Amino acid sequence: MSRISSVFKHLKTQHKAALIPFITAGDPDPQLTVPILHALAASGADIIEVGVPFSDPMADGPTIQRASERALRHGVGLKDVLAMVAEFRTTNNTTPIVLMGYANPIERMGYAAFATQAAAAGVDGVLTVDIPPEECTGVADALAAHDIDMIFLLSPTTPESRINVVAQRASGFVYYVSLKGVTGSANLDLVEVASHIPVIRERCGLPVGVGFGIRDGATAHSIAQFADAVVIGSRIVQEIENSPREQVINNLSAFVRSIRAAMDAQ
Amino acid sequence: MKIGELPDEHGHFGPYGGIFVAETLIAALDELRCEYELARKDPAFMAEFRYELKHYVGRPSPIYHAKRWSEHLGGAQIYLKREDLNHTGAHKINNTIGQALLARRMGKKRVIAETGAGQHGVASATVAARYGMECVVYMGAEDVKRQSPNVYRMKLLGATVVPVSSGSKTLKDALNEAMRDWVTNVESTFYILGTAAGPHPYPMLVRDFQSVIGTECLTQMPDMIGRQPDAVIACVGGGSNAIGIFYPYIDHTGVRLIGVEAGGDGIATGRHAAPLSAGSPGVLHGFRSYLMQDENGQIIETHSISAGLDYPGVGPEHAWLKDSGRAEYVAINDDEAIQAFHDLCRFEGIIPALETSHALAHAAKIAPGMDKDQVLLVNLSGRGDKDINTVAQISGIAL
Repeated sequence: MSRISSVFKHLKTQHKAALIPFITAGDPDPQLTVPILHALAASGADIIEVGVPFSDPMADGPTIQRASERALRHGVGLKDVLAMVAEFRTTNNTTPIVLMGYANPIERMGYAAFATQAAAAGVDGVLTVDIPPEECTGVADALAAHDIDMIFLLSPTTPESRINVVAQRASGFVYYVSLKGVTGSANLDLVEVASHIPVIRERCGLPVGVGFGIRDGATAHSIAQFADAVVIGSRIVQEIENSPREQVINNLSAFVRSIRAAMDAQ
Repeated sequence: MKIGELPDEHGHFGPYGGIFVAETLIAALDELRCEYELARKDPAFMAEFRYELKHYVGRPSPIYHAKRWSEHLGGAQIYLKREDLNHTGAHKINNTIGQALLARRMGKKRVIAETGAGQHGVASATVAARYGMECVVYMGAEDVKRQSPNVYRMKLLGATVVPVSSGSKTLKDALNEAMRDWVTNVESTFYILGTAAGPHPYPMLVRDFQSVIGTECLTQMPDMIGRQPDAVIACVGGGSNAIGIFYPYIDHTGVRLIGVEAGGDGIATGRHAAPLSAGSPGVLHGFRSYLMQDENGQIIETHSISAGLDYPGVGPEHAWLKDSGRAEYVAINDDEAIQAFHDLCRFEGIIPALETSHALAHAAKIAPGMDKDQVLLVNLSGRGDKDINTVAQISGIAL
């Protein structure tokens, strides 16, 4: 069983939702990424999404754009990100790592080479924002050959008929984008979001994570009541951005612990 | 499938094109594709499109024999397809009218657009005013500076111009920002994409609306010279004016199709905007095509004197035309384009856009080596009034 499936299976027995923080690899600098990953795992993260920096992050809001720019100033590319995951794996063999990013760095490396190197590094899942199921065959087949999960987004604009299309290729979990817009946007309608989750879970036969626009413990708690995972991206990245370098680990750990506590509260 | 019958139903031109977008936009693109399929078969829609092109844009645009310049060059005869005489001064309006009519048909009251040189922004602002729609134009902060007359024109037309300060502050960043707006406001908003790029169905849709250029040439050239030209030449940034004049000529295999990219400081310097000449395939802005990228797959900054060509990608149909060998692509450097700009002013009394000047420069380069009875047809895609500040600055003149 994959690390991702094991995590969800274990949490289900505890009636808990998974907490999935997102960071951009190389933000604020490459040396801090592996320590951040360990700190997130130690503070209650069940799965970690690691953003692969890209020059043109079309689906991201200003916060994650800036994180990408900070990482790119250090020249962090896909190969470096894989090396960071491999380093993390030398002392953590349980916390699943999902790479999140855009198609072009993977295209550039080549699907087969990427899948081989990602598997060797210990990557568990890949979410490529701009590769919808219609265009995924090449990369999905390459990843499947190495038992790496291909994670897809579903959005409020996804027609019900399309959920089946996504279901055919999705594995690990599916990520429900809780609002129309870029990452870090506001205005989350929880009742609306909650209404979509059961049908997605049933059609896909996979756990459903909810992300985009989750900024505090109260919202995370509410979402944990109906979703299988809570994904927090921009708010985490903001914590990194707003902390002096030597405080990043402490502040991030405190924030993630507070979210974990809120999610697990009865 | 024949080259001219592409894209396939998924928007692919061979290995290029496709729909590489976030899930939130899939439904909107699907809606647009379905609506366009209905519209193109709807005689009333097509009749209105043709009516607007004739009475609002001023089509058909003439073809003009640049005799003095041809004589000066001493070789092939150069003919110019005068898209600069269109309303708003460039070919861009052909497409914005088509897309605005689609927007109206789909009940969208708000349109957004990206722009580089500002020509597409002006054309979008124009049709938004014409059809009573709200219009927001995203423009790189760098381009806002170098194309200030067009910024003011858009404002006069009632559009909101949003300067984009992320990344290289040029066309690609404006496109990113327009996509972000569209993701956020997808239900109320129609994205008027200005070039034959982006996710399917945009490359096809823009090509179809712009192909009026080449279709007119197909009858105009025989009327003027009794045959088709030996070569058709057009500048290529995203590639909308080029595909517009190339597409109807694809089956006329005796006609060479030559796309001219922006060579900037020279291909060898790396400071250029010529992905077909010196890039490699990749995925950006919703489609697969040739891109300017580094070894990590990051998009690299482009350099061109012409804001409209300052783009790291190129429409997917051009990528396919290149690979299939049906079209050739070359690069012209900034200084060569400037020279052609001045030459057309002095020999023909026409101030061309700096984008167009690249196509002119290539014509000037190859004409002398050709016979005097050979004919080059250059798409004069836009007029250069917007560029006079840039040219003056290069010449060390303060306006």
